[in-house]
Amino acid sequence: MKVLVPVKRVIDYNVKVRVKADGSGVDLANVKMSMNPFDEIAVEEAIRLKEKGVATEIVVVSIGVKQSQETLRTALAMGADRAILIEATDTVQTDIEPLAVAKLLAAVVKEEGPGLVLCGKQAIDNDMNATGQMLSALLGWSQATFASELVIDGDTAKVTREVDGGLQTISVKMPTIVTVDLRLNEPRYASLPNIMKAKAKPLAAKTPADYGVDVTPRLTVVKTVEPAGRKAGIKVGSVDELIAKLKDEAGVI
Amino acid sequence: MAVLLLADVNDGQLATDAVAKTVTAVKSLGDVHILVAGQGGESAAAEAAKLDGVARVLFAGDHAYCHGLAESTAALIVSLAGDYSHIAGASTAFCKNVMPRVAALLDVMVLSDVTAVIDADTFERPIYAGNAIQTVTSSDATKVMTIRTANFTGVGSGGSVAVEPVSGPVEALSSWVEDKVASSDRPDLTSAGIVVSGGRGVGSEEDFKLIEGLADKLGAAVGASRAAVDSGYAPNDWQVGQTGKVVAPKLYIAVGISGAIQHLAGMKDSKVIVAINKDEEAPIFQVADYGLVGDLFTLVPELTEKL
Ligand SMILES: Cc1cc2nc3c(=O)[nH]c(=O)nc-3n(C[C@H](O)[C@H](O)[C@H](O)COP(=O)(O)OP(=O)(O)OC[C@H]3O[C@@H](n4cnc5c(N)ncnc54)[C@H](O)[C@@H]3O)c2cc1C
Ligand SMILES: Nc1ncnc2c1ncn2[C@@H]1O[C@H](COP(=O)(O)O)[C@@H](O)[C@H]1O
Repeated sequence: MKVLVPVKRVIDYNVKVRVKADGSGVDLANVKMSMNPFDEIAVEEAIRLKEKGVATEIVVVSIGVKQSQETLRTALAMGADRAILIEATDTVQTDIEPLAVAKLLAAVVKEEGPGLVLCGKQAIDNDMNATGQMLSALLGWSQATFASELVIDGDTAKVTREVDGGLQTISVKMPTIVTVDLRLNEPRYASLPNIMKAKAKPLAAKTPADYGVDVTPRLTVVKTVEPAGRKAGIKVGSVDELIAKLKDEAGVI
Repeated sequence: MAVLLLADVNDGQLATDAVAKTVTAVKSLGDVHILVAGQGGESAAAEAAKLDGVARVLFAGDHAYCHGLAESTAALIVSLAGDYSHIAGASTAFCKNVMPRVAALLDVMVLSDVTAVIDADTFERPIYAGNAIQTVTSSDATKVMTIRTANFTGVGSGGSVAVEPVSGPVEALSSWVEDKVASSDRPDLTSAGIVVSGGRGVGSEEDFKLIEGLADKLGAAVGASRAAVDSGYAPNDWQVGQTGKVVAPKLYIAVGISGAIQHLAGMKDSKVIVAINKDEEAPIFQVADYGLVGDLFTLVPELTEKL
């Protein structure tokens, strides 16, 4: 079974985000970019499926600027076999919307014929939490979101999902789309020899036109502003002082 | 035009808090019709019919709509979609699972985690873990969205409309196996007036009882950081943050939590924040109204006792 893993290049999760003063967006010039953390978990899961003999080939796909190939190389260094870069914009300031990403991925799925697509639960830049569900809809496949456990058994997969009340286990028909949550696994680091080897692995460069997909956004960003900040308050010296403040000053207990 | 609001139902009970807050968020957009889906949902539908400002309640009682399975639930919504300008649900795991699927089936973009409805086409939503707020307009014919409920006050329940049965298509792509849901007498995390959260600093599942003890003394819900959940001190549904629950109680007490941006994303709209941490440089103090520097293992028992 072939496994497809879409990986997104996003601002590194440790970077302090700065909103541009003119309200036009978030400043992405010269900031550290990395693989979306959830996508690292998806790549890791695919590699483990291959190590178990369930998966035969892992194809990673990224949609965005040319530099997304760095993210793809990271995935290849972790253990993916082959990469597809779909260059859909020439500026990092343009985020390709989940609907367009899902359409491109659906076209890739039709070409590649994977039995499983492992997506991240959400991209930590746009926080949409949408692409996997949209791809599943476009393909008419089953979906299992927010996975913390995945067991594939022939033509079904048993997936445990992190839901609001705790955990839910469902059984889905293969082929399927799984979106991965934080506790599915701990992704490995790529070793230096594997980083070197990854340079020789195949990476195909495509454009949305190759798939006949229109990536024009449906949402227009009017403005981007910083949220109302919170000011640091005071330090209290004792539990008694804290209780007094909460009772008399804040009136919350 | 009208708004179709997908109701969260847990174990046959309406998630009244989430639904009532979502009604508040969307009622300026038109008549609100609530959809309750799943066999055995009669009492949830009856509950929804009491919410103020609701014009109609649709009840799809087919078994296929139980357990929130996305494929059939989305197909049901799409079969009803023609009458609506907007389709909304709370930003719960259930609606986040279903709404993007609905949007793609309608060939529209989804609006996730809307925090303000400006007009029929214009919405605000947080991005980058709440470090930026975006105002977007949608050019799509139908707006499909999830609403982050933390900052809305729910409508009351003095109304009464009839519950109308509806049916729709079923997609046999997935099936429910089991739920592992811990029941608790504590208030629900997302609607509690007070939340006490513990982090990695608490150190063990056993010591998390300290956090729970303080919470019980205050009649509070219990939350946790991702590190506490990953380490097995607390269950996953307690996680507060960018990828967990978003809360805005009147009082949030963070114990042994450093204050990473991903955690702040889930609690920085709380009215009053208290931080207890032994590291006086911990970033949590930059958002805390009252900070107490010291060892949680002495401070928390003392606080619990003196309250
Ligand atoms: C994609 C992604 C998503 C994430 N989503 C979330 C999310 O939704 N929610 C979330 O919380 N995190 C999330 N994180 C993780 C986040 O980045 C931090 O790693 C996490 O919040 C840290 O948890 P913590 O504060 O409990 O642990 P730490 O950062 O280790 O802090 C522990 C604190 O406890 C204090 N302490 C230790 N012992 C004591 C003591 N005896 N008395 C008093 N204080 C003590 C320490 O001084 C320290 O400040 C996410 C990360 C990523 C990459
Ligand atoms: N531009 C992209 N390129 C590759 N994968 C993407 C892209 N955007 C989203 N994805 C995938 O979809 C997941 C969810 O993203 P989102 O719906 O944007 O929150 C990510 O974790 C990726 O697996």
